[in-house]
Amino acid sequence: MHLDGKIPGGPLPQKWERRKFEYALVSPANRRKYRVLVVGTGLAGASCAATLGELGYRVECVIFHDSPRRAHSIAAQGGINAAKNYQNDGDSVQRLFQDTIKGGDYRAREGNVYRLAEVSLRIIDQCVAQGVPFAREYGGKLANRSFGGAQVSRTFYARGQTGQQLLLGAYQALLRQVQAGTVRISPRTEMLDLVVANGKARGIVARDLVTGELRTFVADAVVLATGGYGNAYFLSTYARNSNATAIWRAHRRGAYFANPCFTQIHPTCIPVSGEHQSKLTLMSESLRNDGRIWVPLRAGDERSPEQIPEAERDYYLERRYPSYGNLSPRDVASRAAKAVCDEGRGVGPSGLGVYLDFSDAIRRLGANVIAERYGNLFDMYAEITGEDPYRTPMRIYPAIHYTMGGLWVDYDLMSTIDGLFVTGEANFSDHGANRLGASALMQGLADGYFIAPLAVGSYLARAKPPAVDATHPAFEAARKDTAARIERLLSARGKRTAASFHRELGKLLWDECGMSRNREGLERALARIPEMRERFYREILIPGHGESLNRELETAGRVADYFELAELICRDALHREESCGGHFREEHQTPDGEALRDDEHFAYVAAWEWREGEPPALHKEPLVFEAAPPMQRSYK
Amino acid sequence: MRIALEVWRQRSPEEPGRFVRYETTEASPDMSLLELLDVINEGLVSEGEEPIAFDSDCREGICGTCGFMVNGLAHGPLQGAATCQVYLRSFRDGETLFLEPFRAHAFPLIKDLVINRSALDRIITAGGYVSVNTGNAPEANTSTIPKDLAEQAMDAAACIACGACIAACPNASAALFTGAKITHLGKLPEGQPERGRRALRMVRAAAAEGFGHCTFAGECETACPKSIPLQVITQMNHDYLAARLRGEGRATARHIEPGTPKKRR
Repeated sequence: MHLDGKIPGGPLPQKWERRKFEYALVSPANRRKYRVLVVGTGLAGASCAATLGELGYRVECVIFHDSPRRAHSIAAQGGINAAKNYQNDGDSVQRLFQDTIKGGDYRAREGNVYRLAEVSLRIIDQCVAQGVPFAREYGGKLANRSFGGAQVSRTFYARGQTGQQLLLGAYQALLRQVQAGTVRISPRTEMLDLVVANGKARGIVARDLVTGELRTFVADAVVLATGGYGNAYFLSTYARNSNATAIWRAHRRGAYFANPCFTQIHPTCIPVSGEHQSKLTLMSESLRNDGRIWVPLRAGDERSPEQIPEAERDYYLERRYPSYGNLSPRDVASRAAKAVCDEGRGVGPSGLGVYLDFSDAIRRLGANVIAERYGNLFDMYAEITGEDPYRTPMRIYPAIHYTMGGLWVDYDLMSTIDGLFVTGEANFSDHGANRLGASALMQGLADGYFIAPLAVGSYLARAKPPAVDATHPAFEAARKDTAARIERLLSARGKRTAASFHRELGKLLWDECGMSRNREGLERALARIPEMRERFYREILIPGHGESLNRELETAGRVADYFELAELICRDALHREESCGGHFREEHQTPDGEALRDDEHFAYVAAWEWREGEPPALHKEPLVFEAAPPMQRSYK
Repeated sequence: MRIALEVWRQRSPEEPGRFVRYETTEASPDMSLLELLDVINEGLVSEGEEPIAFDSDCREGICGTCGFMVNGLAHGPLQGAATCQVYLRSFRDGETLFLEPFRAHAFPLIKDLVINRSALDRIITAGGYVSVNTGNAPEANTSTIPKDLAEQAMDAAACIACGACIAACPNASAALFTGAKITHLGKLPEGQPERGRRALRMVRAAAAEGFGHCTFAGECETACPKSIPLQVITQMNHDYLAARLRGEGRATARHIEPGTPKKRR
């Protein structure tokens, strides 16, 4: 199949305008005749569902959380980018576009990224109008701060809770539509399969997590806004319940999976403390505005940080990347941390950690200013580690945080299945091989408020999907499949929990397909995963039954899908014989250890097609760079 | 360290519940309370027993999914922390902890420590928003908001809808929760047009859900993992009363049946 990104013609700045004009419209009176299903109510889902509701479509939201406000967008801390140039520091749509393309190591589509930068302006307007309490200057105007990978201050923030406040804005807009009668929400209901009837996405099968009942939802178009798949690695900064089942099931029904090996490892997380640990906690990138990262100059230095004199510290980011320093992009900063730890200069009990030190900033600005900027993050750190970051440097280490890969979508955010739209982190589109800080919130809201609602409307106007109901054979078949999958899990009579397998798989992925990858390790992983999966189905045990709240069953279903996904991640990482962004292949690096891209052979999107019983097929969408010609990505 | 748990187990709302004791020596001070429950659950599952059902998601105190009573305190012993942020170093070696669900008439139990808090969504649905469609917004910096006001709005907006305030309140009142949203939006210029209407509708919705009235016991502020100040309740009462006095919420178009004769006074 030829992959057509359907990028509009014409110069970059006019592409989106042109596409909006090309879109077919549904008249206001006819919109209520269409039903749109939105799965997930994070930033990308809630904003999309609310906007579709405002336009007059009948919207059905399906979420596994107990409330739409729980989605993990809520945990985003640092901020949201927008090219407002309020600081008069030379920012522009063009510059945000350039930064994002370069930050993504030239593996994103120019057309999409330019649109994202353009739409960023309107997101801030919309959020302020909703009452999002962004940080303000004394004059009452919006405040900004800096983030990694940029030399301008374009990040808007609400203390360290920007994701929360943006999500609450979208959530409130969504509930306003519930009140208006355009949106209906089914909480504690988890999507377990996509239904494709006559070649078009027409609904889903979902399990009511409280009663265990399998429910079918029929719609004229389906929007997946179900987030990323980083939890395949077990230990990550994702929420415990974030999972890949929705996108994986859609993939198995025909949606191509793009660039699965592009996973983001965030440099500033609290290090792992023990075997029982359930998740990792992020310390916002914004901390790198004022914190300085260092390790002892000498390997095996076990003195406490206060005892190490200035001359015996290595501020390695400032040394290696003088122009961006501590604000180097995430992939670069993570690899640099790994490198110093590999040299034996890591700190903390495990040796897997580096210092993030605020003593200079506290001396310069005073503890009060630092508390005002980062107070809640400092408190969070103190709660978890029992150490006071005002007195002693934080210890941080990289962790899985985001996935740039996801379901392949065209410029209109439609997957390779007609009528299946994918928004936010669940799609692959805008961040290339590495996402810049404060850009996930921007993309989620751009997709949800401003892009998907128009694209979905145009699809409905043109496709005019014929009426179907839940008695259609495709629904029948999907329901049966899902029931059989649940039955298979429940009938296993082993002794182990699904979580223990998840931990085992996650460790394998982290070791062989984490911060750096090589052929040997990836082949090892590809050999071990199928064996592990077989043991999983033999050895798990799920107490209780399927007709009630059963967390073990929920987990087992998700872990079963992670096994298949993990294989695809490794396969993609193995095939991509280059280093770019978050994908670092040890075989491909410059003499000083920087990533070595291969534009000649790999300037494409790798989109994988699921095939039952045989290896997935690779399809390539070539990437063309006209406005931002690829260059060696340097932050030196 | 050794920790014993007395956990409320109840398979369904219809069946009676009871405390069940679990003892473990696998606890360590840098383990969170929820991680201890994970460990206990792994043990239960491998023996074929049903694990303890409890809700949690982000495990960093921001999503509001987790929450139960620990020794009679909502979210446990720490000021400003959600249940997932409680680490075992807060307890003594050998201590027994009693875990039970948040209890309120409007929070029906689902299973063990899991409750249904959708009543909170319905309070927001009644009016906890600014009515602005996507695309309606003017340029962001056209509105000027004094820093102080923005900070106060943010203090109130930090609510995570966990329900601890209600569980801690002797009246099971949702005043802190409702007041927080009313204050957040009421402080900002964008929230002014609907300020009175919002207060009326949200207060009424909370009462209709079966939450009690506020008698200023102040337990909610102590229980709140985001330390939302009691002032939000004052603000709620102010906005509600002001709206009542102004006669807001009564405006309907005057309809006069055609052919109605003049009434002389």
